[in-house]
Amino acid sequence: MRIRCPYCGERDNGEFSYLGDAAPVRPDGMDASSEAMHDYVYLRDNRAGEIRELWYHAAGCRSWLVVTRDTRTHAITDVQPAREVAKTRRAETRLAETRTVTPAGSASHA
Amino acid sequence: MLDRTPTFPLPVREAEQAGPPQPFRTASGGLIDRRRARDFTFDGRQLTGYHGDTLASALLANGVRLVGRSFKYHRPRGLLSAGSEEPNALVELRTGARREPNTRATMAELYEGLEATSQNRWPSLAVDALSVNALLSPVFAAGFYYKTFMWPAALWEKLYEPMIRRAAGLGRAANAPDPDTYEHAHVHCDVLVIGGGPAGLSAALAAGRSGARVVLVDEDFRLGGRLLAERREIDGLSGSDWAAQAVAELESLPEVRLLPRTTLFGVYDHGAYGAVERVSDHLAVPAAHAPRQRLWRIVAKRAVLAAGAIERPHIFGGNDRPGVMLAGAVRTYLNRYGVLPGAHPAVFTSSDDGWRTVADIAAAGGRVAAVVDSRPDVPVALRRMAEAAGAQVVAGGQVIGTRGHLALSGIEVRDAYGSTLRIPCDTLAMANGWNPVVHLDSHLSRRPVWEEAIHAFVPGQLPTGMVAAGAASGRLTLADALESGARLGAEAAESCGFAAETAGTPRTDPESTAHTPLWRVAKPRGKAFVDFQNDVAASDVELAHREGFRAVELLKRYTTLGMATDQGKTSNLAGLSIMAELTGQNIPSVGTTVFRPPFTPVAIGAFAGHHRGKEFRASRHVPSHAWCLENNAQFLETGLWLRPAYFPRAGETDWLQTVVREVETVRSRVGLCDVSTFGKIDIQGRDALTFIERVCANPFGTLKVGRSRYALLLREDGFVLDDGTVSRLAETHFVMTASTANAAKVMQHLEFCRQWLWPELDVQMVSVSEQWAQYAVAGPRARDVLRKIVDPQHDLSNEAFPFLGAAEITVGGGIPARLFRISFSGELAYEIAVPAGYGDAAWRAILQAGLPYGICPYGAEALSVMRIEKGHAAGAEINGQTTARDLALGGMLAKKKDYIGRVMKERPALTDPERPILVGFRPVDPSQRLRAGAHFLALGAEPSLTADEGYMTSVAFSPSLRHWIGLGLIRRGNERHGERVRAYDPVRGGDVEVEICNAAFVDPAGERMHG
Repeated sequence: MRIRCPYCGERDNGEFSYLGDAAPVRPDGMDASSEAMHDYVYLRDNRAGEIRELWYHAAGCRSWLVVTRDTRTHAITDVQPAREVAKTRRAETRLAETRTVTPAGSASHA
Repeated sequence: MLDRTPTFPLPVREAEQAGPPQPFRTASGGLIDRRRARDFTFDGRQLTGYHGDTLASALLANGVRLVGRSFKYHRPRGLLSAGSEEPNALVELRTGARREPNTRATMAELYEGLEATSQNRWPSLAVDALSVNALLSPVFAAGFYYKTFMWPAALWEKLYEPMIRRAAGLGRAANAPDPDTYEHAHVHCDVLVIGGGPAGLSAALAAGRSGARVVLVDEDFRLGGRLLAERREIDGLSGSDWAAQAVAELESLPEVRLLPRTTLFGVYDHGAYGAVERVSDHLAVPAAHAPRQRLWRIVAKRAVLAAGAIERPHIFGGNDRPGVMLAGAVRTYLNRYGVLPGAHPAVFTSSDDGWRTVADIAAAGGRVAAVVDSRPDVPVALRRMAEAAGAQVVAGGQVIGTRGHLALSGIEVRDAYGSTLRIPCDTLAMANGWNPVVHLDSHLSRRPVWEEAIHAFVPGQLPTGMVAAGAASGRLTLADALESGARLGAEAAESCGFAAETAGTPRTDPESTAHTPLWRVAKPRGKAFVDFQNDVAASDVELAHREGFRAVELLKRYTTLGMATDQGKTSNLAGLSIMAELTGQNIPSVGTTVFRPPFTPVAIGAFAGHHRGKEFRASRHVPSHAWCLENNAQFLETGLWLRPAYFPRAGETDWLQTVVREVETVRSRVGLCDVSTFGKIDIQGRDALTFIERVCANPFGTLKVGRSRYALLLREDGFVLDDGTVSRLAETHFVMTASTANAAKVMQHLEFCRQWLWPELDVQMVSVSEQWAQYAVAGPRARDVLRKIVDPQHDLSNEAFPFLGAAEITVGGGIPARLFRISFSGELAYEIAVPAGYGDAAWRAILQAGLPYGICPYGAEALSVMRIEKGHAAGAEINGQTTARDLALGGMLAKKKDYIGRVMKERPALTDPERPILVGFRPVDPSQRLRAGAHFLALGAEPSLTADEGYMTSVAFSPSLRHWIGLGLIRRGNERHGERVRAYDPVRGGDVEVEICNAAFVDPAGERMHG
């Protein structure tokens, strides 16, 4: 497998280590419930198809990356720095929280 | 072995020929060098071949046709093919430490002094005692092992398995370590061409001429593929001359790399490929500094698959008898190696292509006993040509059986009218069509598709970036191979941004691929083999069908069809076609099994490369390494690190004696220990403190500049990740340490938190583990020693620099350094860090400064003894299964902040008071030794899982207490100080009565480190 690191270019997958699904969001703060934390730590979808997942460029720039990969074909269609993805997600969540209209389309980015 | 002198005249010109005569060698022709004789042995027999031969061609030249015994029935077997698809001719090559089993004789290049031995026979190849298995063949049918060796189960390990292994084994691996080296290499290219036949050479030429970076791999030692094996003409040149010309041009192109003797064994995602180059397998011993084999990792933007096709055998009775060969192989031996495999050859064909064999034998001056064509209509021209070569022509006939014992002596033929003819012959060439090599394009789980026009599977949807050319794509003529190769090679180069010109397609002589496959012969006489390597006969496929194992994957596993080293290269389609016939389906409905890497077996040594023995993995040296080597240090591997474990002195005979002396020196005077292996992470930024608060489980809000604090990190699931220290060097500048073993893991975790969980925090971090040498100076005289090292303006008094102080200082007259007053040993102690480049000098300077105080260096063993004496948890306790509470650290957890692991550590199972908790243990009889791993049982309790109360994690002989001490996890241990339990260790026969006690054995109040 080859992964195109946004900082280092295309590299062999041996340089990276894998974490898993990038969808779960950590329930931060003192009021996080144990149920929410349990879901965050343990519950994962096992999708056949496109998934956004976290990889770490351990033998490179030490960036965490969000890699969009198809689990059926291993085709990688997008690689983003995790930090940028997380910032965007935060901004969107905040925006959704300030609006009180409908919950649709709020927290789930892409 | 049947040695028969040919009866047809082959004029041998002795003058030009070196070495003793080879009875089956033609007088001239072939791509061998007849002036360079090569002596070799087979089963100890002295034989001679030529440079350019394979072991297989040289054996045939000498009339050796029996080369092995089959896997299950020990049937005599000869050469079926002339390539990597060979299922029968597996031999042991070389002797001693270089002995290599299961080498295909067809792929082994002949070299002077080659030693080959047949396999799987006893006592000899011609007389094999275990060939009685063949008489028992009814019981050895498909599923035999599953059915027979089930009961009684007790006999499996002692009787059945060793028996089966002896009877059904292949070759023996060498008993000694491999004396050769293997290496890895990487190459990136625009266009990878897989296969060096007409299609591959054309593709490489078209792409290479455009300036694209081209890599061409081929498993053969000579490029040309079937051009070397057939009598063909391209633009007026012979096929082999055209190939030589193409190779010469490719060699002249600077961006083209040719890799002959290189098998592309695997196709991986995103244009990555694995290949193994047999750099020195054609030599008796590799040249100095040359590897035996080289494993290539190839990354290509585009690939042209030109791996060719493999010929199909016919399925008839006794089709495995030595002398029955693929027709294409007969032509290879004849045209490329100048060997006519038999004196009385016959041909059994279902295609026009098979008739080439007749023509080639006739052209070499040989005679043909018979041609049996399963098709009723034979063109007159072909019939005349065969009859001129002396052949009896049987149109619409089928070979149904063979005669002979260790070699073929004749065939039984059923003619178009149903009569049986017996025709004497010593070689039978089978031509039943060709299967494109669809293995490589199937490696990424893509299935081949059926192409009715050629009655074969062809590549289906190809991996991204790959195209198939020539026979590998189902275009079976030479003209198509040249045309498609050139076109696809040019397209591949163009898609990489190069301007490729398509030269006109070369002219070739006429050819016909007309073919009506004969999937199997009806009513064969004797066993008709489908898979020669695994001894699977057509009757086994029928049995699998009767017993319900009809799905293709079940068929494979039940019968072992298509397994082992040849991966069904010659057998797969035959098995499928029989199952299709039995189930009334067509072949594509039966489907194919999945082809996986490797295409042919790859030696483990090639994968290991240089990573063996001492070089298995990189080794990291501490800054004091040079001094340690000079001073007889004994080392310990911790992860990649080579840490000094202890420093024996003259007269010390036992490691424990040395460790005791080192501990006593630290406890009474002063010691020096290299602790540079700990991870060191520099954390800076406006939000650095906030970040540290969130990743550490204990509070840090009150940490002042110039102070250090113990740091406990949890995983999000509530278990302990690691521990270390955090020191605040400035308002927004911190240094965190992590344990040696977990340093990389902690760094990855912190980066995850920083980049992914809290990207809004203004914090940066970098590992500085390699940048700083860090030494512990510990013991009552530590301050006195450091006073002589640290520059005088720094006040080291207890008041100015108390326990847990941290400062940026200078040493040795202005060298920047960091000083931390932290203690792992429990003594008055400091850790001093200097830039790694000063590490060696600083180590020597501290030892020099400590001389008057009796300083000694101490290693990881003494360090560990002292931490056990102090009851500190380390790797044995922080093992991924313990919580802060389990380590008796629950009291330090922060209450008023959120941090990683805060919520999950409160799960009921993790807060259960019955969970084992860390305490100390001392033997009731002080003379008794403790063992880590012993389990705790109540006194008098019978050992059982339910009676198990916990286990001993760490033990040491305490020099301070003069007896063994231990740390361990035991249920409610904190409430049971003074209670006695058994430390039960059945594995090593230990059963010691121990008393539960405080884990801090030495200086429990911690007064010394504060002094």
